[in-house]
Amino acid sequence: MNDEHPLSDALTGTLAHQVLGRLSEQPGPYFGEFGGRWVPEALIAALDELETEYRKAMADPAYVAELNRLHRDYVGRPSPLTEVTRFAQHCGGEAGNRVFLKREDLNHTGSHKINNVLGQALLVKRMGKTRVIAETGAGQHGVATATAAALLDLDCVIYMGEEDTRRQALNVARMRLLGAQVVPVTIGQRTLKDAINEALRDWVANVETTHYLLGTVTGPHPFPEMVRELHKVIGEEAREQILERVGRLPDVLAACVGGGSNALGLFNAFLDDPDVALFGFEAGGEGIESGRHAARFSGGAPGVLHGARSYLLQDDDGQTLPSHSVSAGLDYPSVGPAHSWLHDLGRATYRPVTDVEAMDAFQVLCRTEGIIPAIESAHALAGAIQVGTELAAAGKRDQVILVNLSGRGDKDVATAAKWFGLLDGETSEGDQ
Amino acid sequence: MSITVTSQTAALLDAVGAQGRPALMGYLPVGFPTVDRSIEAICAAIDAGLDIVELGLPYTDPVMDGPVIQRAAEQALAAGTRTADVFRVVEALKAHAPHVPVLIMSYWNLVLKYGVDAFARDLAGVGGAGIITPDLIPDEGREWIAAADEHGLDRVFLVAPSSTPERLQLTARASRGFVYAASTMGVTGLRDEVGAQARRLVADTRAAGAEHVCVGLGVSTEDQAAEVGAYADGVIVGTAFVRPLQGDVAWAERLDNLQAVTEKLAAGVARARKDA
Repeated sequence: MNDEHPLSDALTGTLAHQVLGRLSEQPGPYFGEFGGRWVPEALIAALDELETEYRKAMADPAYVAELNRLHRDYVGRPSPLTEVTRFAQHCGGEAGNRVFLKREDLNHTGSHKINNVLGQALLVKRMGKTRVIAETGAGQHGVATATAAALLDLDCVIYMGEEDTRRQALNVARMRLLGAQVVPVTIGQRTLKDAINEALRDWVANVETTHYLLGTVTGPHPFPEMVRELHKVIGEEAREQILERVGRLPDVLAACVGGGSNALGLFNAFLDDPDVALFGFEAGGEGIESGRHAARFSGGAPGVLHGARSYLLQDDDGQTLPSHSVSAGLDYPSVGPAHSWLHDLGRATYRPVTDVEAMDAFQVLCRTEGIIPAIESAHALAGAIQVGTELAAAGKRDQVILVNLSGRGDKDVATAAKWFGLLDGETSEGDQ
Repeated sequence: MSITVTSQTAALLDAVGAQGRPALMGYLPVGFPTVDRSIEAICAAIDAGLDIVELGLPYTDPVMDGPVIQRAAEQALAAGTRTADVFRVVEALKAHAPHVPVLIMSYWNLVLKYGVDAFARDLAGVGGAGIITPDLIPDEGREWIAAADEHGLDRVFLVAPSSTPERLQLTARASRGFVYAASTMGVTGLRDEVGAQARRLVADTRAAGAEHVCVGLGVSTEDQAAEVGAYADGVIVGTAFVRPLQGDVAWAERLDNLQAVTEKLAAGVARARKDA
């Protein structure tokens, strides 16, 4: 380790006391003081069964081979790594910074979500269950789950906040085309958190036949560990690709963080490389001071929600606070426990990106590279612009920035068209 | 364990059991429809035959509750109910009926945020009996187990039909007062029948070492109370108590309806062991 690097000092100072072995191999249920199983007893047997089956499967060459085959032939992995030279001009390009996008948007179904879904769906078959349920915010996880259910002949019910069914109408139609039943959730804030509540209620009642195909690195053990394992392929591929392309590790990783699955999937392969700086970008919504955001690390405190202890937007009584983001996929009051752990260790940095900053970056990528990103991923792009610009201003040169482009923006076209006033009869900011 | 704690709830279950019947335990949320009215409602239910109070703390994300209790919690929160209100309610109930144990039913983040030891201290300070913890398993309960010993409170963990024998033992060992047996796999709400699995679960939980086992989830009618009360130490009713308090009719009429429901359920538990 490089002793002059402040991050290395932080690592040697804290990790020796808190971590057994490598960060990238940290097993559940606990990530430092985060994680655990804060769930009704009724679910424990199913969680135990899932953990057992997952560990058996991971050690079973037949399971691994089948998952790899699906990744290659069905998803289209490995996903490409694209250097974006025109976009890089906005990220301290004058200092020689280079930006690479990990193209999870090119996966079948349009986002990274499919990696986890296929892994879990194969486990469902092994467990002999016949029905999957899932929550979805932006609809990407719901679409991926509906896809896997069609492929593997499973009954599928997707819970989605009513507010989100409106914001993401196209994805609702996609799920229904794939044969899934989409249930709009009309209680609470009517977004992702309420969809998870409803999925948990369904699961408690139907756990014998049903698997809850949780879509991110949150929830009770073994989900945070298992979903990380199913997404870590993102970072493993990216590591190999960037080494081949530039001959060294990147300086900066950037990813958006809702529950945190695409971020952890990218970060994991680099967690034990202390010279790689890790940045997670949360939804800053209308700004932290507005109270309308989903920035758990800037505006939250540790608490328990949906089975895990983690940073959480909550009031003085521990009631969950409403979150807000232009991006349905980041609109969640808690975050995966491994991120809270990395945050407290100082291994990763989490910053809020506002709706406006994200939409600006969204437009920059469209116009400079011909790639329409998901609004979620646009938060990572905005972060890359900020960090790249800051590094250049600090006199650093030739920084290599790797951004996880976790999803494509087809689902967001209506939102973006409205935001930029691109519809007939409206003024277009972009044309000014 | 070196600490000896006398359980208010166990003492009542024993006393009622000595009369040849199970106890009737009723759930109502604090602050529904307002804090003062929730006190009135529970006092009315006690007067109509409720033996033990399960006082719910309204929470934004009640994953073990069905729609009726979800809506009640939402309404209580919208009316401005705060965690600290629960202590005022317990105090009022103890003043009204000192012999009736009052347990808090709370999702755990509310207690965590208040501070586990502080909550236990303040609850014990107003005469509360303990806490029922729907989303806290003993595995995560170290802090609460210590606080309950320190402040002499009952800790009521849940078991479910899916619980393995090992988990029944673990839960029976960690609980004090009674073990809450969830009659079916699912959330709170009305059900046409309480399955045979409830009877089996109570027997298994006793075999795992529990001295008292009460049954909840889906019990709403006099006949169900009688059926479940034949084999359980207590019958826990939630949704059927909350429902009469909802709706557009005058408050006095809602209280009458609540008392009528309570009397029916009390009649159910009174004959539970005579039918058999």
